[in-house]
Amino acid sequence: MKLIIATIKPFKLEEVREALTSIGVRGMMVTEIKGFGSQSGHTEIYRGAEYAVNFVPKVKLEIAVGAAMADEVVATIAKTAKTDKIGDGKIFVLDLESALRVRTGETNDDAL
Amino acid sequence: MTTRFDALAKGHLTMKLLKTLSVAGALAALPTLALAQEAAAPGFDEIGPYIMTTLLFLVGGFLVFWMAAGFAMLEAGLVRSKNVTMQLTKNIALYSTAAIMYWLVGFNLMYPGEFNGYFAPNFVPTVLEPVGLGAADASLGYASVASDFFFQLMFVAATASIVSGALAERIKLWPFLVFVVILTGIMYPISGSWQWGGGFLSQLGFSDFAGSTVVHSVGGWAALAGAIVLGPRLGKYKDGKVNPFPGSNLALATLGTFILWLGWFGFNGGSQLAAGTVGDITDVGRIFANTNMAAASGAIAALILTQVMYGKVDLTMVLNGALAGLVSITAEPLAPSLFMALITGAIGGVIVVLTVPMLDKFKIDDVVGAIPVHLFAGIWGTLAVAFYTGNWGAQITGIVAYGVFTFVVALVVWYILKAVMGIRVSEESEINGLDTSELGMEAYPDFTKG
Repeated sequence: MKLIIATIKPFKLEEVREALTSIGVRGMMVTEIKGFGSQSGHTEIYRGAEYAVNFVPKVKLEIAVGAAMADEVVATIAKTAKTDKIGDGKIFVLDLESALRVRTGETNDDAL
Repeated sequence: MTTRFDALAKGHLTMKLLKTLSVAGALAALPTLALAQEAAAPGFDEIGPYIMTTLLFLVGGFLVFWMAAGFAMLEAGLVRSKNVTMQLTKNIALYSTAAIMYWLVGFNLMYPGEFNGYFAPNFVPTVLEPVGLGAADASLGYASVASDFFFQLMFVAATASIVSGALAERIKLWPFLVFVVILTGIMYPISGSWQWGGGFLSQLGFSDFAGSTVVHSVGGWAALAGAIVLGPRLGKYKDGKVNPFPGSNLALATLGTFILWLGWFGFNGGSQLAAGTVGDITDVGRIFANTNMAAASGAIAALILTQVMYGKVDLTMVLNGALAGLVSITAEPLAPSLFMALITGAIGGVIVVLTVPMLDKFKIDDVVGAIPVHLFAGIWGTLAVAFYTGNWGAQITGIVAYGVFTFVVALVVWYILKAVMGIRVSEESEINGLDTSELGMEAYPDFTKG
């Protein structure tokens, strides 16, 4: 099993969700986050004073899938979230040790 | 034009006299009163103006009361979410404190009946007319004491609200309220009596129709003194740079501005202090229209100027611009044409956009822009009256007198409070937010607890 962590632009969330459910992803966790990467921040003006916004709002997806499906999920996110502009986000893939569905007690692949 | 002093000369003095008499002889007078009414009930020509003016005070009064809600929402929207409960607490506490202090000493200190010295003590609580006052005992040339008291106390509450916005996010609750007691019970009534109590400034020809200086600048000066003694919020000015702390809820800030705008019709319209003749009630209408125009032009001026200066419109400045327009027209909302009201308000809006960054240069941290809006636009509005009266000397004297008195006394009071009880929360409290550290109650608890 793999845990896929992806940061994407917030406005791409719905599009990515649709693409992932259409390839059979049955669940995901979504968090609103702030951070910076190569996009860095930008400046805003509030009441006449310019200030740096160092952290840019992003959406973080966490998706647990069977190992066989991981590459397809990564490719789908990468394709859907891409705008070719700076700040499109990153995707990380981690090995997942175990999983358990609380209601039924099913474990690992059965629990996903 | 009816100034407060004219109205005073017409009716207020007799009213005050009657009030004193009626306290002593209320019980004795009641039976004869009933007889007198049966004998010859006065016609509407006699009591109509009294009723109309009293109604003007009541309607004007509850409109100005609603400004307390406007200040509360504006300030709640412009502070960070971790300080919203504290800001709301201060707003309802300061309004209520002002209401009590104005009864206890303020009203009679401000309207002593006749001018009796610059700092004359006249510490007498307000007493209302007896229940079911007969026409013969009413001051038919003016309005009921209760309505007058009710209307005037709303103004002192507005003054205190101005201070709370500027000092938000770092001042302790109780020292702030002690200052409000002194401001609303002593400082505002004393300086107010110089003009509206028939004092030396009104005798000099100073003109301030509804209080650009008497109310708004006084609040602004007290806020400026407080902001200097208190110091800026942690991290606001770092390494020569300004770090803005964007407000938590601009919808509330906008609602607050519209509420203040609404309340201002009562603030300026009610200050006609008479509604019993065709001339007076027409003037009230004229004041409403001019007041609205100045607010609109103040907002538009800020809208255009922020677009030109910064490349983007800044909503918080547009809100401040509308309020600055209102403060600017408050010193003379009757004489101007609609076009002149537009000019007066627009200049107020420009003043705000230019002076908000200027205060930051001096490292004076005014959270909601209270000092530019109420002090700087108030000075402009008061000066502008001279275009109609021609008496520049009196206007400048008034501005300086209120400035020196309020700023110096406020500075002394703030320093004493700082020495005696401390006025600033601890560094840790300020970082965690006053809501959890001082009150243990968050304005938006669901956000974290689900």
